[in-house]
Amino acid sequence: MKLIEAIIKPFKLDEVKDALNAIGIEGITVSEVKGFGRQKGHTELYRGAEYVVDFIPKIKMQIAVNDELVSKVVETIQNSAKTGRIGDGKIFIINLEEAVRIRTGENGADAI
Amino acid sequence: MKLKLYLASVMLFILAGLVPVAAIAEEKKDAAPAAVTAPTATPAAPSAAAPADAAKPAEAVAPAAPATPPDVKPVLNTGDTAWMLVSSALVLLMIPGLALFYGGMVRQKNVLSTFMHSFVAMGIVGVQWAVIGYSLAFGTDVGGMGLIGDFSKTMLNGLVIMKDAASGGVEYALFQNYTKEPGAIPEIVFAMYQCMFAMITVALISGAMAERVKFSAYCLFVLLWTTLVYDPLAHWVWMTEGWLFKKGALDFAGGTVVHLSSGISALAFLMFLGKRHGFPNERMAPHNLPLTMLGVGLLWFGWFGFNAGSAIVGVNTSDAAGGLAGLAFATTTIAPAAAGLSWMIAEWIHSGKPSALGFGSGVVAGLVVITPAAGFVQPGAALLMGLMAGLVCYGGILLKAKLKYDDSLDAFGVHGIGGTCGAIMTGVFATVGATGLLAGNFKQLMIQLIAVLAAGAYAFFVTLILAFVLEKTIGLRVDKEDEIMGLDQTQHSESGYNM
Repeated sequence: MKLIEAIIKPFKLDEVKDALNAIGIEGITVSEVKGFGRQKGHTELYRGAEYVVDFIPKIKMQIAVNDELVSKVVETIQNSAKTGRIGDGKIFIINLEEAVRIRTGENGADAI
Repeated sequence: MKLKLYLASVMLFILAGLVPVAAIAEEKKDAAPAAVTAPTATPAAPSAAAPADAAKPAEAVAPAAPATPPDVKPVLNTGDTAWMLVSSALVLLMIPGLALFYGGMVRQKNVLSTFMHSFVAMGIVGVQWAVIGYSLAFGTDVGGMGLIGDFSKTMLNGLVIMKDAASGGVEYALFQNYTKEPGAIPEIVFAMYQCMFAMITVALISGAMAERVKFSAYCLFVLLWTTLVYDPLAHWVWMTEGWLFKKGALDFAGGTVVHLSSGISALAFLMFLGKRHGFPNERMAPHNLPLTMLGVGLLWFGWFGFNAGSAIVGVNTSDAAGGLAGLAFATTTIAPAAAGLSWMIAEWIHSGKPSALGFGSGVVAGLVVITPAAGFVQPGAALLMGLMAGLVCYGGILLKAKLKYDDSLDAFGVHGIGGTCGAIMTGVFATVGATGLLAGNFKQLMIQLIAVLAAGAYAFFVTLILAFVLEKTIGLRVDKEDEIMGLDQTQHSESGYNM
């Protein structure tokens, strides 16, 4: 099992979600996060006073999947979240030790 | 350090300006009667010249139209009264408008404290004006110097005259602006109209103190400043016995008394108040610009009462709700529209994007600049003054960003610079009921400069003394820790947003 974490542009969320639904992914956790990468922040100007905004808003998606689905999910996210411009985000793949469905107590691949 | 230097240079500038002005004023004393009669003489001149050209046919007409009709008794005009009641309420609405305008520009931890600066001014000045303020500004002149009123109208004494105590029968004192025409309104309506002006003027200064001033110090400042600075200035400029009024200084709706005085005072107060903690490195961006834009809208709306209502004190007219009010209404539409555009375009070219705050600030700058001129200039001149307002005040706030003094919400940049610019431009563009430089009257421009320098210097120095005394007694600022926590929490035990 793997946990896939994707940092994407906020306006791409619906597209990515629909694409993942289409390949049969049944659970996604989404959070609003802030950060910077190579895109850096931006500046805002109020009556001549300039402020640098270092952290820009992004969406973080977490998806737990069984090993055989990993490459398909990564490919789907990459295709649907891509704009080709700087700031499109990153995908991280993390080993997942265990998963438990709270309602039934099922674990492992059954819980996903 | 830079701030101190800058302010010191402003003081020097004002002082340096006062010397020649004092000299001019001395010269003017000899020519004073000429200057005073100038406005009335000029309109009379063409009619006098016309019969001279066509002497024979006009002979019969000339004696039938004497130059000055005799004084007439005041007669209540209900139409004017209705408009002045509405205008007073409109001006009151500007104060919540100002609270929104300023409140949106501070950080979210200070939104309520900034609102309270405007609202508490309504409370303190509302009481002060009835008890003593109206009398100091519009009471009988003390000693004929034209400097301040006496205590004859304290508690609005004499405005409601008891005729028959047994039946409760009363009579209302009338305010007649122009003694050659009968039109008048109840003086108590006039007193309330002027009350709203006093309220908003001191609230304008709060823009410079936002996010760090101690509430108790602010409240005392409101009371003292209105009594010692606003009331005398209103007497100088608007009271028929005031020395600047007698000199012929033009200030239709308060460019000098309201905007110049509050803007300059903001600068003086800053000398003792100092910068906000973390300025200018920390991010202090406005927390809610939609509030600010709503404030701009309400200010503009209320400003129609401010400017068009001021036709009540228009030169040589008794109509409060007539053509003159219409002209002021028109210029109050045109100038801010042009100023919003010119600020927006200047910002677009200079820094790349047309900001909402920029457009809103431009509108307010245009309103400030047209205020002293509203009923004295033609619509075309209002357009030019508006365009100028946006550019000059945009320059003013850029200067602030360069000099790094911390006028949090640009009370000086917009009201001080805009008020000065408007008062001087009135002396250039005036053509209606008075003449300015473009109409060939150089003297008017000099009188405007005298008014600007005198009112500016007086407001600056008295505020400096007030701020010094408050600083040494109760202190102007909150503690650093409280400032970082936010004034809403530490001064009022509330939060603006509980979501």
